[in-house]
Formats: sequence, structure tokens, C-alpha cells
Amino acid sequence: MKQIRHLWQSWRRREDSDARPQASLRSQVVMLDLDIVPNDPLVLYFQTSPGVVDVERLEIDSPVLDSLRAAGVKLVVPLVSQGELIGMINLGPRLSEQDYSTDDRKLLSDLATQAAPAVRVAQLARQQQAEARERERMEQELRVARLIQQTLLPHELPNLPGYEIATYYRPAREVGGDFYDFLYFEDGQVGLIIGDVTDKGVPAALVMATTRTLLRAAAERMTYPSPVLERVNELLYPDIPQRMFVTCLYALLDPASGRLRYANAGHDLPYRRHSSGVDELRATGMPLGLMPGMKYEEKEVILSKGDLVLFHSDGLVEAHNSAGDMFGFPRLQETMGQQPGDDTSSVIEFLLGELASFAGDDWEQEDDVTLVSLRRGVTKEVDKEPQVDERPAVESRNRDLWQRDWQVIAEFELPSEPGNERKAMEEVANRVQDMEISATRMEKLKTAVAEATMNAMEHGNKYRAEIPVHIQVMTVDGALGVRITDRGASQPIPEAELPDLEAKLAGMQSPRGWGLFLIENMVDELNVLTDDVHHTVELIMHLQKEGE
Amino acid sequence: MSRPQRQFEAAVRGGDGLAIIDLHGEMDGFAEEALNAAYAEATSSEPPAVLLNFSDVDYINSTGIALIVGLLAQARKSHRRLLTCGLSEHYQEIFRITRLADFMSIFPDESAALSELQAS
Repeated sequence: MKQIRHLWQSWRRREDSDARPQASLRSQVVMLDLDIVPNDPLVLYFQTSPGVVDVERLEIDSPVLDSLRAAGVKLVVPLVSQGELIGMINLGPRLSEQDYSTDDRKLLSDLATQAAPAVRVAQLARQQQAEARERERMEQELRVARLIQQTLLPHELPNLPGYEIATYYRPAREVGGDFYDFLYFEDGQVGLIIGDVTDKGVPAALVMATTRTLLRAAAERMTYPSPVLERVNELLYPDIPQRMFVTCLYALLDPASGRLRYANAGHDLPYRRHSSGVDELRATGMPLGLMPGMKYEEKEVILSKGDLVLFHSDGLVEAHNSAGDMFGFPRLQETMGQQPGDDTSSVIEFLLGELASFAGDDWEQEDDVTLVSLRRGVTKEVDKEPQVDERPAVESRNRDLWQRDWQVIAEFELPSEPGNERKAMEEVANRVQDMEISATRMEKLKTAVAEATMNAMEHGNKYRAEIPVHIQVMTVDGALGVRITDRGASQPIPEAELPDLEAKLAGMQSPRGWGLFLIENMVDELNVLTDDVHHTVELIMHLQKEGE
Repeated sequence: MSRPQRQFEAAVRGGDGLAIIDLHGEMDGFAEEALNAAYAEATSSEPPAVLLNFSDVDYINSTGIALIVGLLAQARKSHRRLLTCGLSEHYQEIFRITRLADFMSIFPDESAALSELQAS
């Protein structure tokens, strides 16, 4: 249904003139609100016969024509732009009650010729503004969803003597509802949770946050995985929005014996790789939040030394390549069996490598990809320092930005040595000083460059002086970009923690961890790209900000 | 390991009502020792308030922010006010973004800080 609104009509209402003769001398401008279907014969007539149209002489069977007549319209001047009807000027009878003259008609026809393109431009401008607002709103929503998820994912991997745990999480552009969590119990057991909320964006992130809390609370009170899932299902069911549900696997590891108990609420089955092959860890159960009164099967396996379990979300197995083929479970199972190395981070790297070669360079990631691997080591069980890495992960918010036609205006390298972030900052400032960037924005850019370089030197290159940080300064129409690259891609990157000043002041959060937060607040866009070796942060600053 | 271009220094002035720490140079990880020593010195006489004078500081990074958070945590524990003056526009904005500004008063300069303190 096509609607043309705001059609102006200058006319006189007869009933008014009868009742109040004084009013009849005043012309009125009234908007007619017409619902016009695109195949109305009148529309076709207007499009093909430009010029002033006498409504009473027209012999067309058209609902629109009937409405125009009913409203007392005498003349219609269609506004046609590029063959499309974009508006109408409707006129009632002349105030003098004489007919419209040839001059009148000529004037109206000229007016329509002039007005049509102008009206069209105004319509397009309004449409573009509305689209820009909508885009802005969606970007903002994605940002919120990502923030919720990144805040709630674990920031540290469990320190489990004799076991190796590695994780990988990469949100899709429209953030999905993937999550994972680790729970620690006084008796030394460790809970591993992986889950996926249907839907995307903020609704999924909120349900994810709720589910995570319910799981934590239930696991605190109950010993075994199955009753934990039962309880969470009961609590979630009344509150979860319609058509949403959560798949979730809860596994409880007793590190001393290697016993892994698990229950599954409809989540993709984990795989266990052991000396004689790769098999599924199967346990049945409905997703959480779908129906009340559900029971969950509970199973257990004993992990022998060298055994590895991979927990995963559907983002991996449901990845499609350009031919429309799916990565699929058989390929995942097979790939796990083929992987030559035997530590946990290498199984994830190996799978991601397989995914990359399967999906190709132009892969459009449809869903979050989450992988958690757990391996019982074969070596002597030594107590390792917890793997804490403060560098937060941000995935590329807008991957098409990488396709921009950047022109590189400077490129340099600095050794990864403390204090060199200042050199990076000064060097970038020197290279862009001739560009039209305000002093305020220049200061912000400098801070962002310094922080990103510091992260790259510290977390990416571990302050090894012989590994340089590579910096590119680039421009594109109206924007400035700085890419800062380190060689830290081989390590899984923990998620960002939203700095909470109250928690920091209370000693509940490290006083550090401001770097990424600062960067995000300094630049207009922040993107991250990782390949097998490198990790690149792209900072983008628009030269002119609205309101400046 | 290269040193920053300018060594960080912190000097303590003032007495009973207010201790002033004049900061010089760059507030980054290298500043930790000098800053904490100055804060310990400044609070040895238990003043109710400590003013951090940033007018000669031209660079603060996230590690510097963390050091200030550390001082602020100490100050709050001992119910001591922490004030700042001499921050550039840019770093005032960073103090607002990080919400440090919610917990410590920001004055344009020393005299503004002093007159507010006297008035209270």
C-alpha cells in the first residue's frame, strides 16, 4: 500500500459557504489524507499524462478519484518526478465561482514542473535522515549488547593444576547470546558452563545475564548438574520472553579423579578426544525456559591423561561458506581427530584455521563463535600461575570498515619497550598535524594511540624489545585512521571488563584496566582484526565532529 | 628498557589543614614509586585533605589513572579528601569519563582549591 500524505488543497467548502457566508471568502489549505494503492488507474493516468487534470471530466474507475470528488476537488496537478507520482496539488472550485482560466492552468502546470523535483529531493532527504537515525540506534543497541556480554564473560581462565583450559569467543556483528562461565567450589571441583540464548542483540544479552546469574545461584546450592538445570529451567520459564529459550551445558569436573559429570539442556554436544578416537558426550534434555517440569539426564566420564573435551556453540558448526555448505558436526569431529598438536589452545587454533579455510576470506559471520577446551595434561601436575591477561577483546564492530579505501600516509615501527607509547603518540601527532583536526580531538587521538600502543607492547608482544609494534597512519574522506599491530594473535584474549570505579575503590577490582575504556571513549570507532599471527587495533577519528 | 623523556617527580608542601603534592613530568607506570612516597609523606601529619597539583604534568596514561585510583582508595579509607588542580581540559575530560571527578573535586588552580577549602 502506497500512501501519499500531506497533499495540499486550496478549496472552499460549500457547506461552510451556506452556513457562514463570511467564511466563504477565505481560502483554506487542507491536507487530504489519501490511501492510494500503486495500481490505482488514476495513478497510472497521472504518470502518463502530465499537466493539469480536470477531475469532473475524467472518466476513470478509481477509488482515489471518488475520494477526490467527494472532497470537492476540481483540479488536480500531479507532481511527477522521474516517472513516479510523488504528490498532488488539489484545488477546489475558484473563490469567484468562475471556471479556472487557461492562464490559471498554465501557471499551475509550470508550478508543478518546478515543484516536483524539489519535493522529491525533500522526500529523499527526509528518508535518508530517518535511515541514518535508525542505523545510529541499531549501532547503539549492538554496543550495549556487546558490553553486557563482555562484562559478564569470565576474565580469567581457571588455574587447574594438571589441566589446560582455553577459550575463544567471537561475537557476530549482530551480537548473539553465547556465553560461558567457570564456577569454583570449595571442594576443588570446577563447573564449566556453555550456553546460547536464541535471538540476538540486547534481548539475548539480558536473558544471557539472567541465566548466568540463575545458574550461579543454583550451582551454589546444589551438587549435581542435572538438578541445577532443572532448577534454572523452573525459574527461567515464567520470565523468559515468548519464543526465546536457552541451550546450556553444565559440566562439573573433579580435577583430582578426572571425573566429568554433565547435563545438557539442548546444547550442541561436546566432543571428547581420547586415545581411540573422538566421540560425543551425549545427555538429553530440553532447552531452558521452553517448558516447565523438565528433567535432565546426567552422565559422567572419566578423563584420562591426554583426553581433551571441546565445548562449542553453533556458530562454528553452522558456519556457511560461499557455496552455502555448512561446516557441520562431522567435519568438526573429523578435524578434532586430525589435529596434530595436543595442547588446548592449539586445538582451538587448529579449528579456527579449518574454519577460515572452509569459509573463505569473505566469510560473513552469522552467529557468535564460542569454544572452550579442557584437556587433562600428561605431564607432572605442577601448579601454574593463573593466566591473567588484562588485554580485553573487542571484535570488529563494523567489518566493512576494513574495506575502506584508506590512503597510508605514514608507517613506522617501535620496539616493545616501556615508555615507547609516548614516541608512538608524538610520531602520529607529527604526521597528522597538517590535517584539519581540532586541538581537542588531537589530544583524544594521542591518548588513544598511546593506550593502544601500550596494550600492543605489553599484552601482545610481552614487552619483548625485539618484537616491534607496527603503526600505520591513514586517511580517507573526512576521517583519520591509525592501525596498531602486534604479534599477539596466538593467545586467546580475555574479555573486556567494564571498569567499575566503585569496585576499584573498594578493592574488589584491580585499580588498572582503564586502557581499552579510554580508547573507546577517545575515538569515534574502534575495530580489531586478528589473523594467525597479528592482532591489529584500528582507531578511527572523524576530522569534524557534529557540533564542533 | 628506555626511560621516558622526563623523569616524574612529586614534592610535598603544606601543613595541617591541607597537604599539597606538586607533580612534575609524566604520570605513567614509572611514576608509581615517587607518587606513593609523596602521598605517604603528605599524609604523615594526618591532614584532612590532600591536593594533587597537576599543573606541571603533561601526560597521564591509563597506568597513571590506576595510580590515582589507588591514592583515592587510600584517601577514602582514611576519610581524607583528595582534590586536584591544574589539570588540562583534556585530562579533566578523562577524569569525568572515568568518573574520578565524582570522587575528587577538580579545581582550575591552587588558589581556587584553597578558597573552596577555607569556605567549607
